[in-house]
Amino acid sequence: MHIIESGNVAAALGVKLAGVQVIAAYPITPQTPLTEKLSELVDSGDMKAEYIPVESEHSALSVCIAASSAGSRTFTATSANGLLYMNEQLHWAAGARLPIVMCVVNRGVGAPWTVWNDHQDAISQRDTGWIQLYACDHQQIIDTVLKAFCLAETVSSPVMVCYDGYILSHTYMPFEIPHEDAVQQFLPPFTPEYKLDPKFPANLNTVTLPDPRPDVRGELAPGYMEIRHNLHMDMRRSLDVIADIETKFTDVFGRGGTPFIEPYRCEDADYVAVCLGSLSYHLRDVIDMLREEGVAIGVAGLRVYRPFPDQAIRDAFSHKKGLIVFEKALSYGYEGPLYADIKAALYAVSDRPTVRNYILGLGGREIKTTQLAAALRESCQVSAGSTDVPEFIGLKM
Amino acid sequence: MAEQTTILNLTDEEFVHPGNRACSGCGLSIVYRVGLKALGRDTILVVPPSCLTVLQGLYPIAATQLPCLNVTFASTAAAATGVLGALRAQGREKTTVAAWAGDGGTSDIGLQALSGACERGEDLIYLCYDNEAYMNTGVQRSGTTPRHVITTTTPITGKHQKKKDVPAIIAAHGIDFVATASAAYPLDLFDKIKAAKQISGPRYLHIHTPCPAGWGFSSRYSVKIGRLAVETGLFDLYVIENGQFRLTGQSQKMLGKKRLPVIAYFKTQSRFRGMTEDQVAQIQSEVDAKWAGYEKMMGEEAGC
Repeated sequence: MHIIESGNVAAALGVKLAGVQVIAAYPITPQTPLTEKLSELVDSGDMKAEYIPVESEHSALSVCIAASSAGSRTFTATSANGLLYMNEQLHWAAGARLPIVMCVVNRGVGAPWTVWNDHQDAISQRDTGWIQLYACDHQQIIDTVLKAFCLAETVSSPVMVCYDGYILSHTYMPFEIPHEDAVQQFLPPFTPEYKLDPKFPANLNTVTLPDPRPDVRGELAPGYMEIRHNLHMDMRRSLDVIADIETKFTDVFGRGGTPFIEPYRCEDADYVAVCLGSLSYHLRDVIDMLREEGVAIGVAGLRVYRPFPDQAIRDAFSHKKGLIVFEKALSYGYEGPLYADIKAALYAVSDRPTVRNYILGLGGREIKTTQLAAALRESCQVSAGSTDVPEFIGLKM
Repeated sequence: MAEQTTILNLTDEEFVHPGNRACSGCGLSIVYRVGLKALGRDTILVVPPSCLTVLQGLYPIAATQLPCLNVTFASTAAAATGVLGALRAQGREKTTVAAWAGDGGTSDIGLQALSGACERGEDLIYLCYDNEAYMNTGVQRSGTTPRHVITTTTPITGKHQKKKDVPAIIAAHGIDFVATASAAYPLDLFDKIKAAKQISGPRYLHIHTPCPAGWGFSSRYSVKIGRLAVETGLFDLYVIENGQFRLTGQSQKMLGKKRLPVIAYFKTQSRFRGMTEDQVAQIQSEVDAKWAGYEKMMGEEAGC
């Protein structure tokens, strides 16, 4: 069934279809309509789940951590400072290997206060051990929520589904609601390896020493460092799982097929614009415009930020002349974080493309098509080369 | 309250293994051993960082026979909420969920989550073992450290502020069961947890828990010192059930009788070594006023 609804409602309908059992959330703009919709679905009886209206984001993720440890499928959602308030719990959820799914409705962070969109919230949580997926439109939001649960429960790691505040969360677009039967085929009920149960007592997340230590039977249990190594290696392996799940999703629903990079007119392009989120769809119009001018350019939206799809980036871009990385986030004192990652991924490529970095749209600063076109025209000149420092688009100094 | 438990009919089933990592003379080891007996086998525990984390054992060895979820410092009551949500979603509501936290984890960093859980009416038993400072990190002041106590963060002139009255704060949420207890009166604690298990909703127990290392006394005196806190009227045993306050156990027996002077308690512990005579007198007058209030309240109840 196709409907026209907001991005937040698309996310809520995905959560309902996923058969989530425990939801905990605390309101923050622009996530609120998602939370409101979920509470309405549960309150009306349309969705059979526990909705727990907690007193903070820290508690929201606490509830999910504990409910997931007790064997239930769990969901929460937040934005900006709410995500930052969860920071300790983000690390905890990932370390405890819990398949929690969270929508991050991307918003700039304070101080000073802003409620408008950029990516600093999610990007700043890069090293918490969460998988980060990015959606570009409403269809991708609802689809990615379903894929996220499948992924989280396959690799025992929590997953963020990130989408742009207001630009996607509050705009209305047509999208298809996946059929329930198909969803059941794609995403079976959650069956945890262990759940808190007095019949099978276990002490979870205990103090763990630096070195491996024997248990009561004399078998060596891993130390903290082995546990961290496992988390890292499983994150790397999850790249394969992401690809497999995308194939499975495409088989069942007939959509998707681009797990890591969603290309647009990239095949014969010399230059490719790269970014996260809805901006990649915005850029498609600009690409069309430049193509008419004779510029051989395309755009690629990254669907996964962590684990970083470095091989997919090398496969897609090694032979290009230049990449132009547009980012709504900054690693203060250095450059755009995605720019740094892409450069690192291409380091071992002998004839690697030049890479340029543009910072834009911070705190909801309007991104104009003319600005994007000008930046791309400049970047596609033979003499352009790589940038030493990121350039800011639309800065009024 | 139901019939009183005695040492003769207290269950001999043990849930805490001997040889755990508690210090010798630890009040918590009494409280935890007896508390788990009262909670019973069909219980899931939620524990934030505290001495209890250490008592529980280091991975991969556990000191208790009940499932336990270790959680972050500020999240105890919210985590218990999450366990409850999952149990409801799975039709496992019969299992008891008990959160065990220290005084810092309750009165300071965990208070917001606890308040939220109380306001939402979560069906949990929350037990705060109050050893009156951050003992696990090395005796730093907490919200429930009493006035004038020397800690490692009040090292010279002692703590200048009063002890935070956490049971009163929790009672102000209008929950049906708030009680205090003491490690020195384990059977009273046992019966209070049993009583709490009979009802649903948020239930809060605040347990005075002597700590030889942090309070500065010989480990053989833990029970004696716990009793002195009650016998001097400094820490009172009571229950607030459905809003009705009543003293219980030893505190109830002390109504209308002469109490030991507070100095009898203070002089047993090196943490009070900085107190002046005036300060002792001031505390004595505050305890006298508090007990005059109890006597008046009980008199009024007897009169009507």
